[in-house]
Amino acid sequence: MTRTRLLLDPTACTAHGLCAELLPERIVLDDWGYPIIDGGPLPGELEAAARRAAKSCPTLALRLARERR
Amino acid sequence: MSGPAGLPRLLLGIGRRALTLEENAALHGELHGRDRPERLAAEVGRSGLGGCGGAGFPTEAKLRSVARAGGRPVVVVNGCESEPASRKDRLLLERLPHLVLDGALTAARIVGSRTIIVAVEEQASRAADAVALAVAERPELARRGFVARVVGVAGGYLSGQDTALVAALGGAPARPSLTPPYPSERGVGRRPTFVSNVETHAHLALIARHGSGWFRELGSAEGPGSRLVTVAGAVAQPGVVEGENGSPLAPLLAATGGAGEPLRALLVGGYGGTWVQPEYPGPAIGRGVGIVQALPMSACPVAEVARVTAWLAGESAGQCGPCVHGLGSIADALAELTAAGDVSGAYRRVQRWCEMITGRGACAHPDGAARFVSSALCVFAEEFDDHARHGRCEACLRRPVLPLPSKELLAA
Repeated sequence: MTRTRLLLDPTACTAHGLCAELLPERIVLDDWGYPIIDGGPLPGELEAAARRAAKSCPTLALRLARERR
Repeated sequence: MSGPAGLPRLLLGIGRRALTLEENAALHGELHGRDRPERLAAEVGRSGLGGCGGAGFPTEAKLRSVARAGGRPVVVVNGCESEPASRKDRLLLERLPHLVLDGALTAARIVGSRTIIVAVEEQASRAADAVALAVAERPELARRGFVARVVGVAGGYLSGQDTALVAALGGAPARPSLTPPYPSERGVGRRPTFVSNVETHAHLALIARHGSGWFRELGSAEGPGSRLVTVAGAVAQPGVVEGENGSPLAPLLAATGGAGEPLRALLVGGYGGTWVQPEYPGPAIGRGVGIVQALPMSACPVAEVARVTAWLAGESAGQCGPCVHGLGSIADALAELTAAGDVSGAYRRVQRWCEMITGRGACAHPDGAARFVSSALCVFAEEFDDHARHGRCEACLRRPVLPLPSKELLAA
């Protein structure tokens, strides 16, 4: 069985903030517009939105990591 | 295997000049270096040694991860001691360079490396000279195919962060990078690299000689052995002390002649560490970076903390938003609080921001700075309250006690 998590490279993120709009269930923005990410395993129903959020990141800072359990 | 009982261990026989190869061997015995790598690794594992640069990562696990990665590994002795108050690594390099080299050779044997780099800050020229001389005293290293060299790295608070150091050694700017990959997988020249603090290497040199049972004669089960601590600030004789791992603060302060004047608080673990009350009874050695700084009652803790925080904000590598903006905002709010009182809810904002930025950088710089500030808000609650109401106090104008690198050094 595989689990999916959100992974952010904070050195690449430049606070466009699209991710928080596309996945508000897991991503909120801090006082400076940078995402605060819940990196716990994603439930199946959020995977599609999470993938969209990662794809929309202009700096490719957000990605989905799959791990085997 | 066994060795000398009690303390000192690392600092045994330390004098005013560097010990020669012969003196080092006479003190600790020869490092015969014929143990099988696997056996040495297991011995390090049984010793429970953890890295002495602050993070405390188990040394055996790091060694094995480098050994597993294969290729032609590199061993780096991390002597970029960038905590402004710390002196322990420089002391080891300047006075006991052979003990440190013995440790690096032990690590090299375990991971199968023939390349040893001793990285020191550019301005630490005495340490660099002592190590270069020690290497010159060992011509057999070159005959055995070893390359051991000293490399000067531009100073800066993050220069000793392991991924930043690996970047600097590769000729890139000394900026931390996101892990994984760890240096143990891809380090200097993309080769698997064992990066560890100077003191960690010195402990390895003794564990290779005397064994893990001896190492565990001091310290606790979770934090075995001895540790070096730089004691700075308002004590009679500031300097480097070797204490039992897990030891409380009181014997450390006693070893440096005790407090020179009434103490307001102690900072344990450098500028990424934690403020505690002077009578704090818990374990002080083995918690993060080995530094204890004594703040006297005569200093203004609010001004001191604001000043150091502004410096920490400036030392951000500038890569991660929460660090750049968070530390900058925290520093500005503290400056406002110090000078003008709490006119805009600065105190609450600082509290919230410390939580907000923790765990969100590529390295632990924002976490450390947040720990430094948030523990100050607790321990100095009274002084912060006083500043919030009245702004600047009389003690604010006194000469600062907490050291920062001087401008000349920064420019050099």
